[in-house]
Amino acid sequence: MDWNVIARNLGFMAGGLVLTFQLAALAIGGGLLLGILLGLCRVSSVSWIYYPSTAYVHFFRSQPLILVIFWFYFLVPILVGRPLGAFPSTVVAFICFEAAYFAEIVRGGLQSVSRGQTMAAYACGLRYSQVQLHVVIPQALRNMVPALTTQAVVIFQDTSLAYVIGLREFLRRVNLVDTREVRSVELYCFAGLVYLVLCSMGSILARRLEQRRGAAPA
Amino acid sequence: MLHYDFEWSVLWRYPYGGMFIQGIWTTVHLSLFSWMIAILLGLTVCLCRMTPLRAARFLGGAYVELFRNIPLLVQLFFWYFAAPSLLPRELELWLYGNVKDLGYLVAVIALGTYTAARVSEAIRSGLLAVPRGQYRAAHSTGLSGGQTYRHVVLPYALRISWPLLTTEFLTCFKNSALAMTIGVLETTGTAAYVDSFTFHGLETTTAASCVYLATSGAVILTMSRIEKRMRIPGLIRRGYN
Repeated sequence: MDWNVIARNLGFMAGGLVLTFQLAALAIGGGLLLGILLGLCRVSSVSWIYYPSTAYVHFFRSQPLILVIFWFYFLVPILVGRPLGAFPSTVVAFICFEAAYFAEIVRGGLQSVSRGQTMAAYACGLRYSQVQLHVVIPQALRNMVPALTTQAVVIFQDTSLAYVIGLREFLRRVNLVDTREVRSVELYCFAGLVYLVLCSMGSILARRLEQRRGAAPA
Repeated sequence: MLHYDFEWSVLWRYPYGGMFIQGIWTTVHLSLFSWMIAILLGLTVCLCRMTPLRAARFLGGAYVELFRNIPLLVQLFFWYFAAPSLLPRELELWLYGNVKDLGYLVAVIALGTYTAARVSEAIRSGLLAVPRGQYRAAHSTGLSGGQTYRHVVLPYALRISWPLLTTEFLTCFKNSALAMTIGVLETTGTAAYVDSFTFHGLETTTAASCVYLATSGAVILTMSRIEKRMRIPGLIRRGYN
């Protein structure tokens, strides 16, 4: 055992953690925006909006993320017309993939808002966009917060899959250090511990939010 | 748009066609073996969390937190690169010398133990949904604690958590793709492998995604049919909308 290996390479690995956080932030932000749009489409009663969005959600939920990352890695350069780096194509893959999961959370949230609210808002003379923006979405978001936090933790863990196309995020860098130093036990325990601490904080936050929501009067 | 020559024949041309069949088959048995471990271990962990014994409850809870809050890929690498060197020297050498498919074995163990934590949560939510009256009624008919669980509570809980377990199985099935990172040639791995010879990654990954889509669809159809048959009469159905 030689735990100094971690101290020696801490700077290099921390650089990867920064990239992991960037990727997670972009995936959560972009995925949530696209997910809200998709979620609204999923509760629509217009069939040409409902069916394509449902197909999109079901398609991406049936795919392994690792395959989606590969797929976009091959597809994006063809669409854009020139080779892009690993990072942009991974971000696109994450946003498209996670949007499907966010969409289901958003749909659940939207359906948890009682119909009376929507009807009352329409009765006040609000338009569809106003009803959604000012009445339904704020309440739905509040109901969705615990599930969204959990999903954010999942996305943070998922960023490690960017490893497969050579993006030098945290796990890739740990792996690179390991190939040079051959200290697998120490390095992977360290990587596990970092993820464990960060994700546990997220999980605990989600649980707190859940409890607070449960305690609040409905 | 970049010019790209599609060449779908890489999917069935010799020797790639055989590789794909082999890869799909590997995905199937890899996820099934992991699922068996996950169910057995998950049930054990879940029952540990429900016992009155404080130590068992703590261990069960720790297991779930540990395995759920570390990415599967890190766990996979830990089992593959780090765990063998923790074994006694002779055993480690024997492992590298005699186990032909170490990557596969490690993938089954890692995926099984990882999924077990999630399965345990799914079953637990089912157990918590069993009304208290069921326990009391079982006790008052003279069943012991173990009998109550075996004959009354578990069958009831499993039927409630069936939809959750279906989701978990599909997650396990999709997660089996991660085994490619330690050299197991399952469906996704084969797609990437064939790409490295032919540079037709777009076709191979598209084919792989069709495989996952078809399998997920088939599993969901079968499971919802079983779910309908096992539904507990009088209990509210899962909403389909």
